[in-house]
Amino acid sequence: MSTAVIALEDVTKTKGPGVGAAWEPRIVAFFCNWCTYTASDLAGTARLTYDPNAPVIRVMCSGRVDPQFVLRALGEGADGVLIGGCHPGDCHYQEGNYKTLRRFKLLKKVLGQLGVEDERVRLEWISASEGDRVQHAINDMTNQLRRLGPFAQRGASHA
Amino acid sequence: MKTIELKMNGIEVEAEERTPLLKIAERLGIRIPTLCAHPLVEPYGVCRLCTVEVHQRNRVRMVTACNYPATNGIEVLTDTPRVRRDRRMIIEWFLARSGRLPLLQALAEEYGVTEPRFGLGDDPCILCGLCVRVCSDVVGANVLGFFNRGTTREVSTAYGETSEQCIACGACAYVCPTGCIEIQDEPALVRDALPLGPMTPIYIPTMQAVPHQPVIDHESCIHFKTGGCEVCASVCEPKAIDHKQADRVDQIDVGTILVATGFQAVDAKRVPQYGYGQYDNVFAALQIEHMVNASGPTNGQVVLKDGRTPESVGIIHCVGSRDKNTHEYCSRVCCMYSLKLAHLIHERSHAKIYNFYIDMRAPGKGYEEFYNRLLLEGVEFIRGRVAEVSDWAVTPGEKGKLLIRVEDTLAGFVRRIPVDMVVLSTGLEARSDAEAVRRLFNISCSSDGWFLERHPKLAPVDTFTDGVFIAGCAQGPKDIPDTVAQAGAAAAQAMSLIDRGAVELEAYTADIDETKCSGCQTCVPLCPFTAITFNREKKVSELNAALCKGCGTCVAACPSHAAEQHHFTDEQIFAEIEGVLVA
Repeated sequence: MSTAVIALEDVTKTKGPGVGAAWEPRIVAFFCNWCTYTASDLAGTARLTYDPNAPVIRVMCSGRVDPQFVLRALGEGADGVLIGGCHPGDCHYQEGNYKTLRRFKLLKKVLGQLGVEDERVRLEWISASEGDRVQHAINDMTNQLRRLGPFAQRGASHA
Repeated sequence: MKTIELKMNGIEVEAEERTPLLKIAERLGIRIPTLCAHPLVEPYGVCRLCTVEVHQRNRVRMVTACNYPATNGIEVLTDTPRVRRDRRMIIEWFLARSGRLPLLQALAEEYGVTEPRFGLGDDPCILCGLCVRVCSDVVGANVLGFFNRGTTREVSTAYGETSEQCIACGACAYVCPTGCIEIQDEPALVRDALPLGPMTPIYIPTMQAVPHQPVIDHESCIHFKTGGCEVCASVCEPKAIDHKQADRVDQIDVGTILVATGFQAVDAKRVPQYGYGQYDNVFAALQIEHMVNASGPTNGQVVLKDGRTPESVGIIHCVGSRDKNTHEYCSRVCCMYSLKLAHLIHERSHAKIYNFYIDMRAPGKGYEEFYNRLLLEGVEFIRGRVAEVSDWAVTPGEKGKLLIRVEDTLAGFVRRIPVDMVVLSTGLEARSDAEAVRRLFNISCSSDGWFLERHPKLAPVDTFTDGVFIAGCAQGPKDIPDTVAQAGAAAAQAMSLIDRGAVELEAYTADIDETKCSGCQTCVPLCPFTAITFNREKKVSELNAALCKGCGTCVAACPSHAAEQHHFTDEQIFAEIEGVLVA
């Protein structure tokens, strides 16, 4: 965890006033039940530690992730959204992750036009055995968002 | 085929037309001497010893019985003075070539050849050609042939050199009536041929095989190499052998599937510093297992490449296990099987045994006691991972030995131990085709390739796919008692599904609200289970809950919020988002 601590110190130094030492990015993670959620369970049983910035919302399939969920999360004050699904070809429901990928590409286009930075919304394929990849994805994204700073769009989606 | 009548030595007999006379004589129990006939090959008529007298329409002819076809009305006499005279002559010619053979001496005595006029030769081969014909007609290898003419005629391989086409089947030596063909049985060759598996092309796969029937190995069966042989089919009385049988794909409808595809041993060549494949006397544990088998290639004797019995043996544990370069996990069975091999090798060869281990892992009923027994038997245990095996002798005493370099972590110094034989206790790894099997059943693999159970404690034989269960080493390394226990559990789980006779549906299926559905049909092609159909009368989509698996892909796509997923409604998830974002 020493890397995370160093990164945090870097942020507090470089971001200057306005971003207090207490600020931490908040990520909403949507994990599919069969692969990524199981992988995060595995990360837990393997006692892999990662940043506590990404509380997980379990869905049965990454195909359940409505683009509205992402917009709502960003609107409600999340600094980033992480979607985790099975590797292509491994979907428990045969092809739900392909639908996710299709929606994700469109959503990224829309978000880009709205000025949302590319790093804020991320899609990861993590299989049930890859607990270390959950650890890496969350740590990596948290660090990126620390550098990027907060996403100040609170209430935007309520317009 | 027409049936004809003939007389043989006064006996009237019926036979199929064109049956060789020799076969009819055999049926009647009349002995006709022959040197070149054999049931496996076509008659050749080269030794002439089966000469008989045939009377046909007042004509008398001397013919060879082995290839003379029977015709209607002939009379055959097999033991007249004229026949005996002719055979005596033939025997004399044979004696001139190979007079020392007991086979010919017996014939000479039988026919009263007391003073051979042409002397006694000492060529062991009588040029009957059985070996040549078996090699070409039965085996199909075409290695042997006749060379030269007249007195220098001989049987040989091409240019008298060892033929690459020879498959060492031994058929030529088997049929040779004089025993002049020897199959070389050098220990070195036997050792090279030590196969990990059946010793013959026809075998029963395991002692417990179900069904308990022999199979033919395509790879080593002569028939599939040369198209010939089929000796097995000709000797099988119930005619159970069919070489034309081909692989067949059967489709069987089942309700549950038990995946128990097992493991494979780590290839010892992946740990190159131990010299497997480089030094002759470095073995993988399974090879030793084969060697100590009483019905194995060495009849249970432990031998080195040159046929000697080893005086010292080093057993290296954890080859391909507990090693970042191969597999990090412990293979669980190697410690115990290494101890077993140590015990067996010691018992068979009285060699000094060294075990090189990292940790001795002997959990389980009676295992620790066995370890203690080996300590008392004088097997040496050295705690430390072996650095390398080499043949680099420093002192004259080390010459011809394998040198094991190891840090003895209990004694606290590096040792060089010369041994005659090294056994590598190779670990277990997931089968190389595990990925294909995993995809076939839509189940998961852990990072080291073992199939993943649904839950390590609560659902240890279930998988993420309903109705598919796993057992044995496909799930992870384990010994036979554990495998049997797990297999029993998996079978019971599978049975419980069958017994129930009904399948429980998922609770979190989707649902389409007809009053909200606009009939856009966006959801219909999204469903991989064809649970959604479009009702053309009502102009709404309808969902069949029995087919729905509850992925929620349609729900995420529904533009009019008509589709909802039980327990994962939009409201619930929005509430969750709000909940996790509460500052």
